[in-house]
Amino acid sequence: MNKNVMVIGGGPCGLEASAQLHKMGYNVILIEKEKQLGGHLAKWDRLFPEGIEAKEVLQPLVDNINGVKYFLDTEVVSINLLDKEYNVILSNGITVLSKAVLMTSGFDLFPAEKKEEYGYGIYDRVITNADLEKFFATGKDPRVVENPKRIGFVHCVGSRDEKAGNRYCSKVCCATAVKQACEMKALFPDAEIFCFYMDLRMFGRGYEDMYLKAQKDYGIRFIRGRVSEVSETLEKQVLVKAEDTLSGKPLKVTLDLLVLMAGMQNAKSGIRIGEMISMKRSDDGFFTTKGSILSLQECDKAGIFYAGACTGPKTLPDTLNEARAAAVSIHNYFNKEN
Amino acid sequence: MDFGYSLSPSSRIDLDLFDRNRFNTLAEIEPDVLKCMACGSCTATCTAGKYAKNSLRSAILYLQNGQDKQALEYLKPCMLCGKCFMVCPRGINTRHLILSILKIYNNAK
Ligand SMILES: Cc1cc2nc3c(=O)[nH]c(=O)nc-3n(C[C@H](O)[C@H](O)[C@H](O)COP(=O)(O)OP(=O)(O)OC[C@H]3O[C@@H](n4cnc5c(N)ncnc54)[C@H](O)[C@@H]3O)c2cc1C
Ligand code: SF4
Ligand code: SF4
Ligand code: SF4
Repeated sequence: MNKNVMVIGGGPCGLEASAQLHKMGYNVILIEKEKQLGGHLAKWDRLFPEGIEAKEVLQPLVDNINGVKYFLDTEVVSINLLDKEYNVILSNGITVLSKAVLMTSGFDLFPAEKKEEYGYGIYDRVITNADLEKFFATGKDPRVVENPKRIGFVHCVGSRDEKAGNRYCSKVCCATAVKQACEMKALFPDAEIFCFYMDLRMFGRGYEDMYLKAQKDYGIRFIRGRVSEVSETLEKQVLVKAEDTLSGKPLKVTLDLLVLMAGMQNAKSGIRIGEMISMKRSDDGFFTTKGSILSLQECDKAGIFYAGACTGPKTLPDTLNEARAAAVSIHNYFNKEN
Repeated sequence: MDFGYSLSPSSRIDLDLFDRNRFNTLAEIEPDVLKCMACGSCTATCTAGKYAKNSLRSAILYLQNGQDKQALEYLKPCMLCGKCFMVCPRGINTRHLILSILKIYNNAK
């Protein structure tokens, strides 16, 4: 019996799982559809809660897969179960026979232009959290004016929103908003910064401290209320309307920049593979795990495993822990069968 | 054009018109005002609040929204007993804060 394990997706999760499985003696075949490894982590500049550089996390993950066979720019053409093994045909012409397939296909950012009332792609001064990370990394974005005086952050864009198709909370965007708000204040000390939130979900270790610092040291103003609409002024600024639900009064403010906290949804490219062998998905669109507490890494189909953001919004520590847990689950699966 | 109704000017919060100078002065001598997380403990425990409209939480919020007059209304019945200081989870010296608010905003009127 060969010890092949097919890993689909070379983001942080796929990298960590591959490294662990390789160390355990498995013959890992990792594929990544893009031209580079790293998934979304490669797109971020700094990470909450401490502001560690994303590169500092990504580089060791990439270094650790030393010895793992991986293919970039490679997709799955077909996957099907032959006897007890999965037969996976790759776009580079290679066919892999593997008893275990690990899905680490991750997430897609919610397409913010779908929330038309926020004007992403329509107004000049509206960007997303992902755009802002890119701006931090490159210092370039024509939509960020030279000296913004007022900047707003909109929480829950495409999350907690049935009309947008996603009822769930994306978990990482409150912390991202607070992190980015502080970074903007540090870059533009004269700017006044507002976060429009419904609930602040500062669940992780160090997150509440980050929130307190945002208030105390950076003077970020938190306004409880969902932004209802955005319009453009003659000067190309954006006029934002919300209710300050703490006082129960409508509120308006004109901003030089509006940042939308787009949420996470199951990656289309992962779903496409899931559909080839009918992997179940839940109401929220993410893959259904065999159990919700005891077996988070297994699919109800024998030999299919999950880790990372393809089973719901997750932080990096969550994601990396799942990667390790999946390696153990796969190891147990091989041992049981032999 | 008159449609027969209008927003009363005091009801809508317009952060564009908010003159921040006074709030900034307050934040300078009472930086802890920025730490309020609107939990409402102070209001719930207020000795004066049982009999009159008194709420430090609301007062802070109105100051942040540039509605100074309403903010002061929410502190009028305050007897400066300091009970709210004991319950504030963010450790704000609320009594001291109230005194500073009254000093800065009453003087400027
Ligand atoms: C704006 C934003 C900021 C964030 N900041 C932080 C932070 O500061 N700290 C933190 O802890 N977390 C943060 N996160 C969360 C973090 O990005 C995720 O936890 C992490 O990226 C999930 O890793 P993953 O490998 O599961 O998925 P992804 O990062 O999405 O990687 C999946 C990979 O799989 C590839 N792939 C997908 N389908 C296929 C296929 N069919 N074939 C081949 N390859 C495929 C994709 O191209 C991608 O490279 C943030 C999230 C967002 C949205
Ligand atoms: S983490 Fe915060 S911003 Fe993101 S969906 Fe949840 S509540 Fe909204
Ligand atoms: S100090 Fe004022 S606001 Fe605080 S509990 Fe006493 S009366 Fe209420
Ligand atoms: S108890 Fe403290 S944190 Fe809570 S509302 Fe009052 S001042 Fe703010």
